[in-house]
Amino acid sequence: MPDTAALPGVQEAVALGLTPAEYELIVDKLGRAPNQVELAMFSLLWSEHCAYKHSRKLLRQLPTEGPYLLMGPGENAGAVDVGGGLACAFKVESHNHPSAVEPFQGAATGVGGILRDVFAVGARPIAVLDSLRFGEPSSGRSRYLLDRAVAGIGHYGNSIGVPTVGGEVYFEGPYEQNCLINAMCLGLAPHERLTRSAAAGPGNVLVLMGASTGRDGIGGASVLASAELDEADESKRPSVQIGDPFEEKKVMECCLELLDRDLLVSLQDLGAAGLTSSAAEMASKGGVGIDVDVARVPLREAGMEAFEIMVSESQERMLAVVEPARVDEVLEACARWEILGAPIGEVTASGHLRVLRDGAVEGDVPVAALVDDCPLYDLEPARPSAPIYPPPPRTLDATGPRETLLALLASPNLASRRPLFEQYDAIVQSRTVRRPEQADAAVLVLPGGGALAVSIDGNGRRVACDPYRGAVEAVLECAANLACAGAEPLGLTNCLNFGNPERPHVAWQLSEAIRGLADACRALDVPVVGGNVSLYNEGAEGPIYPTPVVGMVGRLPDAARAGRLGFARAGDAIALAGPFAPRIAGSELAKLRGEPLPHELDDIDVAAVRAAQEAVREAVRAGEISSAHDVAEGGLAVALAEACIGGGVGARIELKGDETRLFGEAPGGFVLSGPAGALAALAERMPLEIVGEVGGEALEIGGFAVPVADLRAVWAGGLAPLFP
Amino acid sequence: MKFGVVRFPGSCDEVDAQLAASRVGEAVLLWHGDRDLQGVDAVIVPGGFSYGDYLRVGAIARFAPVMEEVVEFARAGGPVLGICNGFQVLCEAGLLPGALLPNAGLRFVCRDVDLVVEDAATPFTRACTPGDRMTIPVKHTTGRYHLPPDGDVRVVLRYAPGHNPNGSEGDVAAVASAAGNVFGLMPHPEHAVDPLTGSTDGLKVFESLARVPAGA
Repeated sequence: MPDTAALPGVQEAVALGLTPAEYELIVDKLGRAPNQVELAMFSLLWSEHCAYKHSRKLLRQLPTEGPYLLMGPGENAGAVDVGGGLACAFKVESHNHPSAVEPFQGAATGVGGILRDVFAVGARPIAVLDSLRFGEPSSGRSRYLLDRAVAGIGHYGNSIGVPTVGGEVYFEGPYEQNCLINAMCLGLAPHERLTRSAAAGPGNVLVLMGASTGRDGIGGASVLASAELDEADESKRPSVQIGDPFEEKKVMECCLELLDRDLLVSLQDLGAAGLTSSAAEMASKGGVGIDVDVARVPLREAGMEAFEIMVSESQERMLAVVEPARVDEVLEACARWEILGAPIGEVTASGHLRVLRDGAVEGDVPVAALVDDCPLYDLEPARPSAPIYPPPPRTLDATGPRETLLALLASPNLASRRPLFEQYDAIVQSRTVRRPEQADAAVLVLPGGGALAVSIDGNGRRVACDPYRGAVEAVLECAANLACAGAEPLGLTNCLNFGNPERPHVAWQLSEAIRGLADACRALDVPVVGGNVSLYNEGAEGPIYPTPVVGMVGRLPDAARAGRLGFARAGDAIALAGPFAPRIAGSELAKLRGEPLPHELDDIDVAAVRAAQEAVREAVRAGEISSAHDVAEGGLAVALAEACIGGGVGARIELKGDETRLFGEAPGGFVLSGPAGALAALAERMPLEIVGEVGGEALEIGGFAVPVADLRAVWAGGLAPLFP
Repeated sequence: MKFGVVRFPGSCDEVDAQLAASRVGEAVLLWHGDRDLQGVDAVIVPGGFSYGDYLRVGAIARFAPVMEEVVEFARAGGPVLGICNGFQVLCEAGLLPGALLPNAGLRFVCRDVDLVVEDAATPFTRACTPGDRMTIPVKHTTGRYHLPPDGDVRVVLRYAPGHNPNGSEGDVAAVASAAGNVFGLMPHPEHAVDPLTGSTDGLKVFESLARVPAGA
């Protein structure tokens, strides 16, 4: 051990993000003061990002059991059974803080990280989706973040051969300083290839695979991801990791080959907190100890300290436990794929994580102290007495329904996302049956002709209005998108993006939103298979909108009958279906008019919404209807316009009602088209009203008509200027 | 008909090409480090990001051991199909004239484009008729075709008016060697073979090849 005179003290601990009380607890657990490498490891594993110390208690409310669940929270990714002996592993994760500092690399490595989580469990990544939030596009900073983040996502996903099949993006003032970059990945594996990360078998060898280890990203989890952003962001750039998708492609192919050949005992990716986190997690899950010899870690530069090697967040690295007799075969495969493979330590029975350098002990910590003993904090939630968020700026003065519809279609939150998604390869791997803007969910064909549907959703402004009901709506929206594709939900992953939980009003948002997610998941019988929490998303102006993002995976029996959103056949009847009670308050129209956020949203009859979703799903699966599209932002008129644009055909709508009926928002509504008889049959199962007929070249609603070509032009032109 | 699809480190569409070729024949993967074409009748150099696109697209892959065999195979008249990154590799290897430059828009672009068949006499387009239109997706950042200095090139496919996604000179989407047995295109015919996932027009490229007598 280094001599005690050089030991860091409480001041160093605080500089690394620990509280004085946490430092005292570490001293207590060790029975002595930690040295530099030990303190560095504690500071990361006890950070918010790694320990979930402000959210873990709340997350216990989420249901984690379901009929299709194969692997729940706690592994690198959760997994559900999708039939035919196949499992789908999936997870969503945030990379908000790095992206706010350096958007290209932040977003790129966000994709890289979630891909590793999925192939770490033995699944081949088959799709990526992303959920993005920026400030208003009128801001130069927002346009810069958008442009570079989209380029970064494309750079990584395109280069590695995994299609980006869906996603969402919204622009709201409160994300101006702190953008959100959430990436979700799905992978496929035969059941028997699903791999856990628990280390096992004292004497087994720890093999580090992939890239060499450098000084990049040191302290990323504690410095960047667990504190608010401030003016000095530029100085944090060295804490952002640099991604190399080519390296990851080789690492991915190599790991999948090693798992196919049954050469690994367990596998774990290196993400936040690098080797420290990976080794500690693997040891903790296996109830064993691990020795790591930092002298055996391939380095990018000479002279790196032990603590730097242990906490480096260099990308594209994986840690495997291998039986001694299999090590040579593993290293040969690494050489064939042209990646580094280095035995760097071994599994022990000690229950300690020991850091060695050429055999000499430089740090020795009980695994349980690192992983399990971080204090968990109770929040002190308090509903704010005054509005937290200012009203959005007024950008719409139009009065007539025609002008209002066109303004909504051109608005940043509703306009076509094509300028973004055309920068992503949506088709590699030859599974993509429904691409963006063809259906409400992406659809991927499975061997045997069935398919997966997947969607990612979350509306921060609605959650800001009412954290409980807003979170319920996010789950319902995602399930509605699956229903329109014909899919039944199998499992859900979530990413909770919130501000500083030590503030009572943010604590209230977080507690209420998690309660809403839990209730909605229970009501739909959808388990949460895993997820991620990102806190401290604040700038000098205050917190972001509370943004729970929900990713849901579903299954449909026949890919050929996957739903479409566009009207398909002239002469089809058009129905507004579902328990739909729209309101202008909290809607996109209210935003464009600069109206303040309401203090709550309407109560939701979740059981009725679920019944409607099931009816829509069955009708789509049976091939009885021609199109299905859920009514979301912009309300019924926008949903009708999107269905016209999607199908390249007009519609004549007879609609009784006012502005609220046209543009109001609420969960539970669907625009369906099909033979009148099929819709009449559906009316037995759900509220349903025939509102018109497909045909012609214009959308006619009551007193006005707009050619579909004009609808398409304003809708397509909304975001295009942001990507000149 | 036995197809061989080359797999470089960083190839992404090799399995897609193998699946597409399997619709008309047998298809195997060829490892970049092996000087062995396994007796195939046609070689496909697939899309993706071989060697990470580092240095310059296709510039490193052309030095892979398997490429020595591919060059020899092409010189002997064997059919070689280069798709996207494969097209770039074949240009770098000197098997096709011209070069691929960064898109005029400087961004990656993934979309369906319409193509017009100009030359239906190659082994890759013999199932087509001159003037046929085909819808096939593109997805690339470096697909702007630049003619060789003498302008002497056998153009096989052009982007239909209004469909040029990258600023290629003369709307060139695909070219062939003078003898016609080496063919490179930026669009991905292997992603247009199944009605479930979109157009099936790309199948014509594979069907054309399958009509070539084995050993020709």
